[in-house]
Amino acid sequence: MQYIWLIPLLPGLGALVNGLVGIRAFSRRTSGAVACATMIAALGVSLLAFWELLGLPADARAYDVTLASWIPAIPLQTQSGMGSLQVPWGFRLDPLSGLMILVVTGIGTLIHIYSTAYMAAEPRGGVARFFCYLNLFCFFMLVLVLGNNYLVMFVGWEGVGLCSYLLIGYWYQKKSASDAGKKAFITNRIGDWGFILGIFLVFYTFGTLDFRAVQNAAGAMRVESAGIGVLSIICLLLFVGAVGKSAQIPLYVWLPDAMEGPTPVSALIHAATMVTAGVYMVGRNAVLFSHAPTVMLIVAVVGVLTALFAASIGLVQYDIKRVLAYSTVSQLGYMFTAMGVGAFSAGAFHLMTHAFFKALLFLGSGSVIHAMGGEQDMRRMGGLKKYLPVTYATMVIGTLAIAGIPPLSGFFSKDEILFRSFEANKAIWALAVVTAMMTAFYMFRLLSMTFFGAYRGPAWEGAHRVGAHLAADPHDHGHAAAAHGAQDSQAGHGHGHGAWHGPHESPNAMTYPLMALAVGAIVAGFVGIPTALYGGNTIEHFLEPSFTAEEVRLKPDTTTETTTGTTTETATATGTLAATETTTGAAAVTEAESVRSVRLQPDQAPETPEAEESHALLELGLMGFSVLIAAIGIGVAWKLYVTSPEIADQLAERFAGAHRVLSNKYYVDELYDATVISGTMAGGRGLWAVDRNVIDGAVNGTGWVTIISSWFSGLTDRTVVDGLVNLVGRVVEAGSVVFRRLQTGLVQNYALVMLFGIFAFVSIYLFMRAGTL
Amino acid sequence: MGQAIAFYTLSAFILGFAVLVVSTKDTVHSVLFLVLDFLFVAALYVLLGAPFLAAIQVLVYAGGIVVLYLFVVMLVNLKRSPEAHHDPHRRARLGFVLAALVLIEVGAIAAYSAGGPVRPAAPQAPPTAAATAVSAMRAVGNTEEVGWLLYTNYLIPFEVASMLLLVAMIGAIVLAKREL
Amino acid sequence: MITPTHYMLLSAALFIIGVIGVMVRRNIIIIFMSIELILNAVNINLVAFSREWQHAVGQVFAIFVVAVAAAEAAVGLGIILAFYRNKETVNIDEMNLMKW
Repeated sequence: MQYIWLIPLLPGLGALVNGLVGIRAFSRRTSGAVACATMIAALGVSLLAFWELLGLPADARAYDVTLASWIPAIPLQTQSGMGSLQVPWGFRLDPLSGLMILVVTGIGTLIHIYSTAYMAAEPRGGVARFFCYLNLFCFFMLVLVLGNNYLVMFVGWEGVGLCSYLLIGYWYQKKSASDAGKKAFITNRIGDWGFILGIFLVFYTFGTLDFRAVQNAAGAMRVESAGIGVLSIICLLLFVGAVGKSAQIPLYVWLPDAMEGPTPVSALIHAATMVTAGVYMVGRNAVLFSHAPTVMLIVAVVGVLTALFAASIGLVQYDIKRVLAYSTVSQLGYMFTAMGVGAFSAGAFHLMTHAFFKALLFLGSGSVIHAMGGEQDMRRMGGLKKYLPVTYATMVIGTLAIAGIPPLSGFFSKDEILFRSFEANKAIWALAVVTAMMTAFYMFRLLSMTFFGAYRGPAWEGAHRVGAHLAADPHDHGHAAAAHGAQDSQAGHGHGHGAWHGPHESPNAMTYPLMALAVGAIVAGFVGIPTALYGGNTIEHFLEPSFTAEEVRLKPDTTTETTTGTTTETATATGTLAATETTTGAAAVTEAESVRSVRLQPDQAPETPEAEESHALLELGLMGFSVLIAAIGIGVAWKLYVTSPEIADQLAERFAGAHRVLSNKYYVDELYDATVISGTMAGGRGLWAVDRNVIDGAVNGTGWVTIISSWFSGLTDRTVVDGLVNLVGRVVEAGSVVFRRLQTGLVQNYALVMLFGIFAFVSIYLFMRAGTL
Repeated sequence: MGQAIAFYTLSAFILGFAVLVVSTKDTVHSVLFLVLDFLFVAALYVLLGAPFLAAIQVLVYAGGIVVLYLFVVMLVNLKRSPEAHHDPHRRARLGFVLAALVLIEVGAIAAYSAGGPVRPAAPQAPPTAAATAVSAMRAVGNTEEVGWLLYTNYLIPFEVASMLLLVAMIGAIVLAKREL
Repeated sequence: MITPTHYMLLSAALFIIGVIGVMVRRNIIIIFMSIELILNAVNINLVAFSREWQHAVGQVFAIFVVAVAAAEAAVGLGIILAFYRNKETVNIDEMNLMKW
């Protein structure tokens, strides 16, 4: 398992190759092949690593690999004296990160394959650039999920933010796209600010950044049931980071705009993986969060409010991708609700299932957009069922899955969340149920408007054969054409090859990933069939070690002893993901369930078998209720958009105010514009004015002073200094007149002088001699 | 007595030719007088018991160096004498003054020498061992003695002198070459 | 009796003649010959004392002087030739390139 560092490095290598060589030299096919090959290799390595992980005993399923040292030991002040900040490039494979790498590499691979067809009409270098970014994103995402300490995770965290920015702004010539990219990046900055402050506080509190060490240290601390302690502040700051990355209230505004990017990007980054990083991060810090109940409540409330809020906006949107974007925000809200009520496994489970069906829905919508030549407005679709049979079938599966219809994957994960929130807080549960109904409604609205009814899109050559009479209407036609023109740049990518010949099914490279994801959307839920349905809820047990501190987990416990055998058996059975539900006895697993609840709520006494029974009944009842709710939502959507479409318009007229508010997304963007953005802009202008007047003035003043003083200095130089130098020269010149005369240049003169000298010495000698005698 | 006659005769010739060397207008004549002068000096060396040096004087000076001078005089080929210049008496007066000064000084030295103990007390006692060896070899002859000294005590100066000559030779060739 | 004083006087006289030649004449060739005279005066002195002291070292030095004189003559005459080629004269008064 020491090769797990290969998993992120393989896509990183692909990005490097495509970025350095591909943009200049590779054909579309080659760059796509390079990107897909690295992703498939990463998927293979991930599967191998995951398989090995399953081979380990349940309590030992964690593997750390230190690739290289990064930050050498730096002494830093912490709460308990001087600490040492030492961070390695460490990767950690445990059940949670194992699940995440499978999601990222699995869905990433499918989306890479899908992209080869979807981006086929792009210019050559653009395709390589796209795949470079996409691979780079996978690299950072895998670093994020595999990092074994906060700082490595932060590297991945920032990296995926960067790639998100690059990919949203992939069509950077389009102002709305580059604006959306900037919006996403800047909004994420706010969250990252909280995250990094949280990291600082983690280090200050625990003296380390390693997840395991922090988890164990936090596990030993007191639960901050009343008031706000240091753990609560850490969790709050980390949650701010999660809110930014996972598009929760109040930082969700970037995600709908992020739909400006290519659809595979929306599917991979803004539905399946990156936006779930916040959920993953909360799950990673489950021990910390479960020690801060106040923050947990905040998380749950924010999550459920976001879910409801986004779902309500999604009800009235017409852009197919925006509906899905709001749906994503809403589903992320679900996940946070799960995290907030302490159902970390349920949140992670929903993360996984959501990754499948939401990627499926996005790719399906991409297929629809592709078929419509870049059209995204659902009002100009309709009746596409017969043109896009594969897309239609897979989209239905995805829609049923997200609506929570059994036995598709969304049902299991969503019901787990609903059940756990019912246990925790009835109000939250009620809101979540309303959201579930809305989800079912808007998803079937989307499905109906797109695939059912009459064709409302623009006409094409030979349109009369299909009998699209609405399209033949000259007024409507002109309108559609204008709208189509507005979408030109996107139409260009969607259908670069020649004229548009009407809606048609997408190529195999796009439909096969859809089918694969559809299979995933059906079966992904089977790993988490709840106890009430005589399932093993395998995934919960599998993920459990990631959410608890080691000390708690390893504490000798009478109840655990009885269940150890079955738990291990369950864990082993997870290897064969499809056929797990029947391998373990329901009773044994309920006991395991109770053990878990003991762990999470130490005060609570273990439940009696009778209570277990009523528990299961309650869960079954709730399931039935939520299915009913989903069915109602579907029914209403069917009624409004398929059987009698006029009612929808009447309703919109009757509740014009509400409709307008929803259509304008509660005016949140406008509110932000009016408050935060214009405030920042005004502040920026003020600072600019200060800059221009005061700072520039000071700089210019300094410049003037320098010029003037240098003029004086020059004057002094010319008169005084030069004068002195010339004076010295003149003095020397004048003084040298006599000596100059001596330098006749005549050899005989010199010899004469020499001779005089000799005579002088001889004379002195003689006189001295005369004196001695 | 004969030695005194020889000395005075030779001195008279030496000085006389020297004056002629310095004073003759024609350079070629000057060179010829120089040859004669050197020959008389060689004779004086014989008188002083240094026949080897006398031979060298004749061979090197009279035979070598003076021929060199002659060559140069021929090469330079003076059309007019450099002495035909302004104020020919300028340096002459100075010369007479100098000569007078020298005569006075020489006279003074002679006067002191006659009166004072100029000579060391024991001239026959050479201070070094080498000199003792030389004294022992006096019977062999002047040439051997000089040769012995040159190749023993003064070997290194001798070799340096040969280097000097080599360098001078190369230098002269380089300087005399028309194009460097 | 001829004493070293006689030789010294002869030597001094020859020396002075040489010096006068160097000082008075303008023909550089004559000046060089005067220098040879001066060197001969020195040699006479050396040989005289060599005899007086019964020691051959004076003669050895005289030989060195002859060697140096030969070298000096060779180089000096080379310089004269080079100078003459440039200036077409051997007048020492025109050799004033070192003048200020």
